Amino acid sequence: MYPSDYRYTKDHEWIKVEGSTGTVGITDYAQHELGDVVFVELPRVGAQLKSGESFGTVESVKAVSEIFTPVSGEITEINSALVDSPEKLNLDPHGSAWLVKIRLSDPQEVAHLMDTAAYQAYIAGQAKEHSA
Amino acid sequence: MLSSAAAPLRKTALHALHRGLGAKMVNFGGWEMPLEYSGILSEHEAVRTRAGLFDVSHMGEIEIRGPQALDLVEWVTCNRAAKLAVGQALYSGLMTERGTFLDDLLVHKISDTHYLLCVNASNQDRDFDHIVSQNKCEAEVENAGPRYSQLAIQGPRAKQILQPFTPVALDPIRYYHFVFGKVAGVACLIARTGYTGEDGFEIYFDPEFSDRLWNKLLQAGEPFGLIPCGLGARNTLRLEAGMCLYGHEIDETTTPFEAGLGWICKLDKGRFLGSASLVEQVQAGLRRQLAGFEMLDRRIGRDGYPVLIAGQQAGRVTSGGPAPFLKKNIGMAYVPPASSSVGAEVEIGVRGQAAPARLVALPFYKRTR
Repeated sequence: MYPSDYRYTKDHEWIKVEGSTGTVGITDYAQHELGDVVFVELPRVGAQLKSGESFGTVESVKAVSEIFTPVSGEITEINSALVDSPEKLNLDPHGSAWLVKIRLSDPQEVAHLMDTAAYQAYIAGQAKEHSA
Repeated sequence: MLSSAAAPLRKTALHALHRGLGAKMVNFGGWEMPLEYSGILSEHEAVRTRAGLFDVSHMGEIEIRGPQALDLVEWVTCNRAAKLAVGQALYSGLMTERGTFLDDLLVHKISDTHYLLCVNASNQDRDFDHIVSQNKCEAEVENAGPRYSQLAIQGPRAKQILQPFTPVALDPIRYYHFVFGKVAGVACLIARTGYTGEDGFEIYFDPEFSDRLWNKLLQAGEPFGLIPCGLGARNTLRLEAGMCLYGHEIDETTTPFEAGLGWICKLDKGRFLGSASLVEQVQAGLRRQLAGFEMLDRRIGRDGYPVLIAGQQAGRVTSGGPAPFLKKNIGMAYVPPASSSVGAEVEIGVRGQAAPARLVALPFYKRTR
């Protein structure tokens, strides 16, 4: 479910780093918590972001969720297909429904993110909190 | 939405079944209720085109009995209960002395000396206390919520699905009428009412039989495309149908006239609680009025967002979000009467940005009969 070569944030974003570029999306856990996604707002290409900064929103029928970049850098590409088909985020959040690509300004930041095992433990804890 | 302190959440008799169906549960007015099963969009579509089954057992019931029952109902509510026939139901408002909504409710006339009120879950205890405090005529008032489960089966195929389970002929039951009869062998009050804008029924019965009725209807409905539906779809359906939700469009600060519910406010029926204030309001004129809007771009105006007219904040969105069947983003908001005409261009403040919207007539959606 959660690809082993991705890294994860506590806000439920993932990043896959290849060379100096990272692809960023929201996790399956996040899409499930949100429910049916109906609107995605993405930044413009060229935007400069600091890690942890909000760069867009994902809206479901019920809720608005800000998305935060896991790393600092410059937006090099956005997945504009999501603007017309936001429901893709519910179907393939770790694949074709990626949100943005970012050129990392500090690749060291990735080391601070959770690996797959840590993220799975983290969401298991969150699920427990919910059902308590 | 999650509150850590406070009292434990109340659960309906169907709680375990909802969990078993994989429902996402939420706190709604102190009740742990299903928000969605398969997803709000698919549940919404099922009700508009086929059928959906809702557990609405959190709704409160208050029964009023005795020779003075009608007098008490007429005193605390704004619509004309006196005109009801036995077996007829009425949408009405439970009024404060200021003529504002303590709650909105359905009044069912069971007999000349017996009325059943269906009220909002979160207001139930407060409504009961209020009615008791206004009971100067020795009617008997019962907070009957725990004695009832309530299921709503809604959608164009609801009647077809329900009919085989009951000897009662459903077709002759007119909208906002009800009968007593058995469903799957269980004694029920079967009302042709709903909160979705579709045809359908709301059935009231002893909670002991909740699992049986739920499972039978769900199974029998499956070939017809019926699916279980949660409060998420209930909300998008009622919003599309332009219906008010307590705590959003109506509350203790709003009157029926402001909410576009003048038709449930019968000032000519004689004095009732709040009627003097309402007469004053009619004479003085309204300062705000509920209006419908639709967004003109893809952004979504949501609950609480400001409404801007000529760049100035003129009101707030009471309910707003996607209208899944109409495929638009819609909402309702209070605006000054002078700016409330259909077609007027306004803006909704969406997280600091002004998004264009247009006022439209309510309801947004009306089924073709």
